[in-house]
Amino acid sequence: MELTGAKIVIQSLLDLGVETVFGYPGGAVLYIYDEIYKEKKLTHILTRHEQGALHAADGFSRVTGEVGVAIVTSGPGATNAVTGLATAYMDSIPLVCITGQVPVPLIGNDAFQEADIVGITRSCTKHNFLVKDVKDLARIIREAFHIAKTGRPGPVLVDIPKDITIHKCEYVHTDSDVNIRSYKPNLKGHIGQIKRAITLLKASKRPMIYTGGGVVLSDAHKELFEFTSIMNAPITNTLMGLGAYPASDGRFVGMLGMHGTYEANMAVSHCDLLIAIGSRFDDRVTGKLEEFAPDAKIIHIDVDPTSISKNVNVDVPIVGDVKLVLEKINQLISTASFKKSKPDLSDWWEMVETWRKKDSLAYSQGESAIEAQYVIQTLCELTKGEAIVATDVGQHQMWAAQFYNFEKPRRWVTSGGLGTMGFGLPAALGAQVAKPNDKVVVITGDGSIQMNIQELATCLQYKLPVVIVILNNGFLGMVRQWQEFFYERRYAETDMMSHQPDFVKLAEAYNALGLRAKLPNEVEPVLKEALASDRCVIVDIHTRPEGNVYPMVPAGAALNDMILL
Amino acid sequence: MRHIISVLVENESGVLSRVAGLFSARGFNIESLTVAPVGDEETSRITLVSIGEDHIIEQILKQLNKLIPVLHVADLTDGPHVERELMLVKVTAEQSQRAEILRIADIFRSRVVDATPSTFTIEVTGDSGKLDACLSLLIPLGVTEMVRTGQVALSRGDKGLVKS
Repeated sequence: MELTGAKIVIQSLLDLGVETVFGYPGGAVLYIYDEIYKEKKLTHILTRHEQGALHAADGFSRVTGEVGVAIVTSGPGATNAVTGLATAYMDSIPLVCITGQVPVPLIGNDAFQEADIVGITRSCTKHNFLVKDVKDLARIIREAFHIAKTGRPGPVLVDIPKDITIHKCEYVHTDSDVNIRSYKPNLKGHIGQIKRAITLLKASKRPMIYTGGGVVLSDAHKELFEFTSIMNAPITNTLMGLGAYPASDGRFVGMLGMHGTYEANMAVSHCDLLIAIGSRFDDRVTGKLEEFAPDAKIIHIDVDPTSISKNVNVDVPIVGDVKLVLEKINQLISTASFKKSKPDLSDWWEMVETWRKKDSLAYSQGESAIEAQYVIQTLCELTKGEAIVATDVGQHQMWAAQFYNFEKPRRWVTSGGLGTMGFGLPAALGAQVAKPNDKVVVITGDGSIQMNIQELATCLQYKLPVVIVILNNGFLGMVRQWQEFFYERRYAETDMMSHQPDFVKLAEAYNALGLRAKLPNEVEPVLKEALASDRCVIVDIHTRPEGNVYPMVPAGAALNDMILL
Repeated sequence: MRHIISVLVENESGVLSRVAGLFSARGFNIESLTVAPVGDEETSRITLVSIGEDHIIEQILKQLNKLIPVLHVADLTDGPHVERELMLVKVTAEQSQRAEILRIADIFRSRVVDATPSTFTIEVTGDSGKLDACLSLLIPLGVTEMVRTGQVALSRGDKGLVKS
């Protein structure tokens, strides 16, 4: 059947199983939006900013595992999408972003709303395409989805000039696999390497498991649980890896790294074997590289070869999909002979328990000022650790990571790699669209929430009952904390108190519910009311202005060199 | 150490900027770069020279491999190989110097490809060291202009970059 380019875009999305897209219309995508208007099978969510559309598609993807889709126009629409693409790229989130472009004959002429978005996004996408012929359009869209979701996932951008969307060509639906001869990710781990890993696993007296976002992306949480049970080793998660292992399990020692727990960082510093799974030895995790896991042999399982031996030299690299590799390893260590020859770990566990007793996350809640930790702990109890929690970036994000105990994967939506303020609210609305029956909470700060506050309108338009908890300390808290510790309390431009909007009135202006707590005993009732509401709610919680995130490993220090409260 | 990296890529627009952009974005350096189609109209071959420690070069090879339109990457300096570069030099050639210039050209088995009453243009091929040596003799005589292609290289023996 002969279809226009615009119709091919929509039909391709439907044929690929897409039901929901996030976007914002504009001149260059008018024909595409005309087809969206006519096609009732595709739900379009109109955000209030293109950045919001990208983060919403990102949040949608994080909670479902599916490819998130966003459509924006050319020029400023496309450049507004860049932060969303970079955020997804750093966290390996599969997205397809369709951008409009000026008509092919005008490209390069500085036409109205023209931007070289393929050039601009080359380094913040996994791949990008400019469609120059309508005959390539359907193939390129299929390839974009394939590239986005396979191997190490990531965002892919498809730039479509306006004239391509009215040109016609034959469209045939095909289910056949995409074949790109230069792109064949290695998914099955090398069996020789796996056997070398088994030898190390068998001999280790102080094994430590350190897992990242790769376990979530690969949906390998069951395999991870089995592996950890057989090994009976302590396990820590990175910020991105939270939820891949149930926090209530005794083997879990919390998050590691800059704001990780004492026991997690000490265990990594003292283990004799570190098993890194779907993690990438980020600088916020390792601290001073020379002193990271100094006594340990390292096994590293990752689908992306460039992650291996990038920052830390590893002894046994295994390139492959985490789920497939763990399945194979589990099979090989489930044998009686492995279990029999494995050393007794009770001395190791005794060390870990001693560290754990230090209770490095302890805080005390007085009667006058609200501690942020208390708010999150209460929220976690009220939601039984089962809410979908999105965050922005800063102190509140670290407190959420430390005090919200995730039992399940794909409930934690946070910008880990890029650290994008303004991510939380749009990502949460994307998650709520994907999971209408789940409770979605945004934990944010008074700084971050103002970066994409316009998405409140989107929440209201689509009746998304997102609960927004603002930990309002009147500061850009994390920057202020660094200024307090390392810049002799010179609080340069981090005071947000003056000219802060009244967040309750702001909520009401958007026709959302606005609630406030100023005293510790108001926290629980206010959170209960918010969680019970079927409307979008802002909860403005005034917390102690100079609260700090502990423990903290100063930038560049070794992991066992922590500032404790 | 100096490495010659051969990259086989899909012959499509934007590939060169993806490769070059990777080097600038990740702080790797490029000493020289050449690119041309290899004859089948679908693939091009990029030859890069980069200087760096082994772990940096290893990252470069992996990062290049990760680019979607890259078919194959090899570090030719890992094994025996031949390398060649071509240089064109325009030398001031007044009457008194003409014989001397021709003698130098002869020593380096190079050819005069253009001549005017006041200049010679000389074509030299060889490895980079030979080109450097030739140039150092010509500079004192007055070099008006020169251009070098950057290195190209192939591994020795019967095997190619891609098993056919």
